[in-house]
Parts: sequence; C-alpha cells; structure tokens
Amino acid sequence: MTLDLNAFTPWSALAGGVLIGIAAAMFVLLNGRIAGISGVIGGLLRPSGGDIAWRAAFVLGIVAAPWAYSIVAAWPAPQIDAGQGALVVAGLLVGIGTRYGSGCTSGHGVCGLSRLSPRSLVATAAFMGAGFATVYVIRHLAGL
Amino acid sequence: MTVFTSLLAGLVFGLGLIVAGMANPAKVLAFLDLAGAWDPSLAFVMGGAIGVGFVAFFIARQRTVSFLGEEMKLPAARHIDRRLVFGSVAFGVGWGIAGFCPGPALVALGMGEGKALVFVAAMLAGMGLFELIERYRAGAASPGRKG
Repeated sequence: MTLDLNAFTPWSALAGGVLIGIAAAMFVLLNGRIAGISGVIGGLLRPSGGDIAWRAAFVLGIVAAPWAYSIVAAWPAPQIDAGQGALVVAGLLVGIGTRYGSGCTSGHGVCGLSRLSPRSLVATAAFMGAGFATVYVIRHLAGL
Repeated sequence: MTVFTSLLAGLVFGLGLIVAGMANPAKVLAFLDLAGAWDPSLAFVMGGAIGVGFVAFFIARQRTVSFLGEEMKLPAARHIDRRLVFGSVAFGVGWGIAGFCPGPALVALGMGEGKALVFVAAMLAGMGLFELIERYRAGAASPGRKG
C-alpha cells in the first residue's frame, strides 16, 4: 500500500462528511426517517407506497445539489472511467444488492453505524470488503 | 412540511457529497484501491458524517415523535441473515466496478453526466427486479397457488 498524498483531501472530506451528517440528522429529527438513499428510492418502486411525495422530494434534492453548488462555484467534474457495459452490470448489482441488503453507504454506512447497529456493521463490512476485493481483482489481477 | 424538509435534507446531502469529492467515481475507486496509490479521503467523509449522526441518533432514540410531530421510524430489524450479507456483497461488487453508490450516482445525474444516467437506469432496473422476485416468491409461497 502507498498513500497518494496528492489526492488525499482530508479537510474537504471531513467538511463534506459533516454536511452529510447534518442531512441525516435533519431527516431523522424532523421527518423521523433514516436517510438511506437506496431505501428511499426503493420505496418509490413499490406500488403500495402512499408516501411518494417526500421520497420524490428527497431524490429531487440530491439531483438538484449540483445546481445549488453552482451558485457559489463551478462543480468539480466527475471522472467516470467505467464503460457502458460495466456501468449496466454495476447498476444492476447495486440496485438488487442494496434492496436485498436493506441499505447502502448512507443507510448502513452513515445512519446505521451512527446508531451502533450490529446489522449495519455487518452490512458495511460486507460491502466495503467486496468493494476492496473487486477493485483489487479488476486493477491488480485482471490488470484492466 | 415533511416534503419541504425532505427536499432540503436531500439538497444538503448532495452538497455534502460534492464537497467531499464522493460524487467523483475516480476518487471513490482510489479509496477502494488498497493495493494501489491509496486515497484515504472516504474514511474522513464517513468519520465526519458519523460524528454528527451519532449525536442526532442519540437524540432521536429518546423520542417517539420527531420535532415536526412525525412518527419516529427507526429500523427494528436485528437479525443478521444471508439476505443482508449476500445483498451487501453484491452491492459492494457493483460499487467496486463503477465507483458509484446510489447517492453519488444521483448527484452525477444532476450534473448531466450521460454515464450516470446509464448507471441509474440499471440501478432502478435492479431494484425493480428485486420487487418482481419478492412478489413472485410471496405469491408462490401463499396457500392455493402452488407451483
């Protein structure tokens, strides 16, 4: 392992993390809900919903964030190296996996660990471990 | 009112992801690449978020209704089963392939990235597939509808 100190951005990472924490705090203390993004989206796909409005509003808020950011500064352009086929496979796995696993980085990783939930700790260890292993296989074994 | 606070929370969440650099899959993959040139930034994102979240959920646990009078809906599930583990592993594999998890993909979609649209469409299809499989299994398991 070598640390990439040029890419390491501890202060902006911490500041962004605090904002994410504030968003999760607002969501639970005002709406009484867990800010789990996969769960909020997943509920939109369930016809028995009945709570479409707040779910759609939360998703809209996330999608509109770059627009709000652009009032102050130009947003940093994302670098997406995966090809179309890889994006489709990855999207399918993330979609079905987060629903069977009942959560993603936000629901389990942020909210669940904040609640000291053993279930979320197991889920977070599982998806982080799988993420580390997948990148290792793709970059260092397959050499893609 | 909860619709407005949902919108606001989503907006702050998305802004946090942009500030943190997590809306950029290349930076997420640099965190997941332990054997390469490792960028530990994502650990600091999690640290900052959990630091604030810990206080918020400590307050939330002691209440039955939110500050807006909404029912406090904290997860009651405690069992650790195969669905949780295998689902999370599948999610992690997808995360490692593209560097996108659901939130950052939505932010990149808002940036007008065509590749984010491909990922989000596939993710929605995956979630839809989950609903179909679960409905089929519930139907097959109910009495009188064997086979």
